[in-house]
Order: sequence, then structure tokens, then C-alpha cells
Amino acid sequence: MGLNIHPAELGRVHAHAVEGYPHEVVGILAGDRATNTVTHVVSLVNERADSPQNRYAVGAMVLWKAEQKLDAEGLEVVGYYHSHPDHPARYSDFDRDHALPNMSYVITSVVGGSIADTRSWRLRDDRAAMDEEPIHEES
Amino acid sequence: MAISIAIPAALRAYTDGKASVTVHGETAGQALDALTTGYPGLAKHLRDADGKLRSFVNVYLNEDDIRFLQKDATPLKEGDTLIIVPSIAGGR
Repeated sequence: MGLNIHPAELGRVHAHAVEGYPHEVVGILAGDRATNTVTHVVSLVNERADSPQNRYAVGAMVLWKAEQKLDAEGLEVVGYYHSHPDHPARYSDFDRDHALPNMSYVITSVVGGSIADTRSWRLRDDRAAMDEEPIHEES
Repeated sequence: MAISIAIPAALRAYTDGKASVTVHGETAGQALDALTTGYPGLAKHLRDADGKLRSFVNVYLNEDDIRFLQKDATPLKEGDTLIIVPSIAGGR
């Protein structure tokens, strides 16, 4: 099916990734799960202060509260985004190990402070790999 | 005793779309086992090959993470609600 994302929201993901460089940034992709459409992006704080250049984490209660707020606005969580500073927009084994099923994981590669590539991935049901899905920019 | 378990959106594909499932169990571990017995597709996403809760799977009882209570042995009482709350992590 692929991931549909409004161009302005993809722009917000990119702006967050550039702003955070050379650290990894993270956020929620919200919208409509039935059509896998992102209409609203929420930036979060990367809690991995010990190794922010190659790791990100957001704790359960922070995520829970952010998602409850979206729920109150009638928005569903479609997936999450994070950046890979000076690294390809491909998922790592660490990404796969920590991925939730049935969610889109957008990875933005930032090289030298500029957006180099953005790809979206979904975990296979057996957790063995993630498959790339096309990103459609739709307004 | 009857325990309600709240299921996050990412995992509802394995619970026939249900946001909440009622199971029976005396402890958090028993309740989670009853959940994965009823919905086997959930098991590999909740626990790793060693049977431990995956690092991004957090189970809360009344706002307390069961990791900081008695983990799987955390006792439950009738009408308790367990909430499965994912955290997110990753990196290159």
C-alpha cells in the first residue's frame, strides 16, 4: 500500500532531522491507519542523551501521553520517524529488534547536515526483516 | 479472576482489532500468558526467544511498570487493568 504523507508534514520531518543533526531525532507519524496516511507529525525528545548520534529512545509514558493527546484529536498513530545522521536511510538490526509490527518506520538520512534520502519500512510478521514501502507525497 | 488488558494500536491486528481483552489470571505473567494463548500471533511481539518481555514492551498496572513491581509475579486482583504500552527505540 505504501505510506501517504502530506508534503508539508514530510517537510516537518526533514526540518526536524536537519535541526537535530548530528544527533538522531524522533517523532510520531499520525493520521489515518486504514489508508496509511500521515496528516500530522509530532516531534519528540530523544531520551538517549548518552549516545544521541546513533541511538534514539522515547519512554513508554511520554509516548502514551502523546498518543492519548492524538487520540483525543481523532488521530491515529500510523508510525514513527527517526533520522540517521551520516548514515543511509536503511533500517539497522537494532531498529528491527525494537520495531513494532503494523507501523511505518520512516528513516531520514542526513549527510553533512542536509537531507540525503528518506525511506519507509515495515516490520515483517516474523520479525526477521523489514520491507521497504513506497512513500507517496499527497496533499 | 477477570483482568482487562489494554492493547496498543500496533498489536490490535493480532486481537481481531480489539482495544481491550478480558482474560483470567492471578498474576501479571498468567494474564499475559492467557492473552497470548487466546491470541497466539501476539506472542513473538511481546516476548523474546527466552520468554522475557521485549525491551519496548512495557506492562503497566495502575500506572506502575510491572518491571518495578514483581514482574511476571506481580499479583492481580479482580477488575485490575493491565496496559501494554510500547516505547520506541532504534538507531543506526
